Amino acid sequence: MKQIQLPLSARDIAILHAGETVTLYGEAVIARDAAHKRLYAMLQTGADLPFSLSGACIYYAGPCPAAPGEVIGPCGPTTSGRVDAYTPALIEAGLSAMIGKGARAPEVVHAMRGRAVYFAATGGAAILLSSHIVAAEVIAFADLEAEAVRRVTLAGMPVIVAIDAQGNSALWPIA
Amino acid sequence: MKTMGAIRILPASKVAETVCGLVIDAVCRLPDDVLFALHAAKDIETGAAHAVLAQIIENEALARAARRPCCQDTGLAVVFIDIGQDVHVDGSLIDAVNLGVAEAYRKAYLRKSVLSAIARENTGDNTPAILHMRMVPGDRVSIHVTPKGFGSENMSRLFMLKPAEGEDGILESITQTARLGAANACPPVILGVGVGGTMEGAAILAKRQLLRACGSKASTPTLRRLEKEALRRVNALGIGPMGFGGRTTALAVLIGEMPTHLAGLPVAVNVQCHCARHAGAVI
Repeated sequence: MKQIQLPLSARDIAILHAGETVTLYGEAVIARDAAHKRLYAMLQTGADLPFSLSGACIYYAGPCPAAPGEVIGPCGPTTSGRVDAYTPALIEAGLSAMIGKGARAPEVVHAMRGRAVYFAATGGAAILLSSHIVAAEVIAFADLEAEAVRRVTLAGMPVIVAIDAQGNSALWPIA
Repeated sequence: MKTMGAIRILPASKVAETVCGLVIDAVCRLPDDVLFALHAAKDIETGAAHAVLAQIIENEALARAARRPCCQDTGLAVVFIDIGQDVHVDGSLIDAVNLGVAEAYRKAYLRKSVLSAIARENTGDNTPAILHMRMVPGDRVSIHVTPKGFGSENMSRLFMLKPAEGEDGILESITQTARLGAANACPPVILGVGVGGTMEGAAILAKRQLLRACGSKASTPTLRRLEKEALRRVNALGIGPMGFGGRTTALAVLIGEMPTHLAGLPVAVNVQCHCARHAGAVI
């Protein structure tokens, strides 16, 4: 299986193709609904973000609390479509990879062209996926608890290229 | 005046303890009927759909072995209680349910997802639970817990059909719900359908269907026919596991019916993801 290093290289953005199964390695940032609302507001006002979006990979997820001995609690993807309203602005600011589940709005697919790739992880496979997260720390919005922003290190997380940077999609309705 | 029969005294703490155990049991494994249906689906799928189902099945085995949740969305705890009329619960039953839920989410390190609806402030312990209670004959208390994730709950729909729309309207309501929402609801889904009653009656009846086993028989020949046809139509959509296309968009369509008003035909479709967790006990 193809191994992909994060942040994505320009070459990977260009050649990853919808429908490919790959494994991801490297750094990603976990952020979902409430965190996106705040990040978007910060972008609008020009405030400093808690992490750099340049080349960033965001994993849409909200893990369970870690049990003793766990790096992170069970951590599968959440529905990506709920942050679609914010995503084009984040891509504009440098976001180049997203991991989630489900369809994206046409505006997101358009904003991704030439710049970003959307990977789908299997919803509900939370333990399997968290076993590929080897480091995790909360870096912002700790008050959001399950929705706090976390920096994570991925080691071989299995995903499928759901929508590529050319606008091809592996998701239903399949053209 | 009739004399009173024997009343069984049940300590509220016993209810709390039972609810706590059921929540943890429910989230850390899938029921056998769901696993069986997932295996059957995997056998007929290919490509990404097959790979996704294999991951879901492997994940369940890992979760069961580690006694950790299959899915990080450990849900809003929906609790169904049928309480025998010859039982006296010593203490507050409602408090006991919430205590049991809070204890489960704390001690098993489950995600606390419940917050105030408008201000969005987390209640901190995943309470309050959603509690559906019925008084029934006997001196037993039957408790079913179904922690409900919201990726799928969000895709549920209510239709207040005209009586003239009949069976076709019911089938179209189910298919439309799947067409519009199943791709984002972690398919293969299970659809719980409530037909009849009132707005809320249909919705609760729909949720109650999700306690039934996949492949269980509906109560009447008409419902069995509708379930079969609805499942055929939903799977013909081709959405497939996790929306990657395939033959298995739903594992089951489970329909319940109750009498309604002559002017109406309510249909509620409650969408359940493949992580269809529930556990029950009688005390």
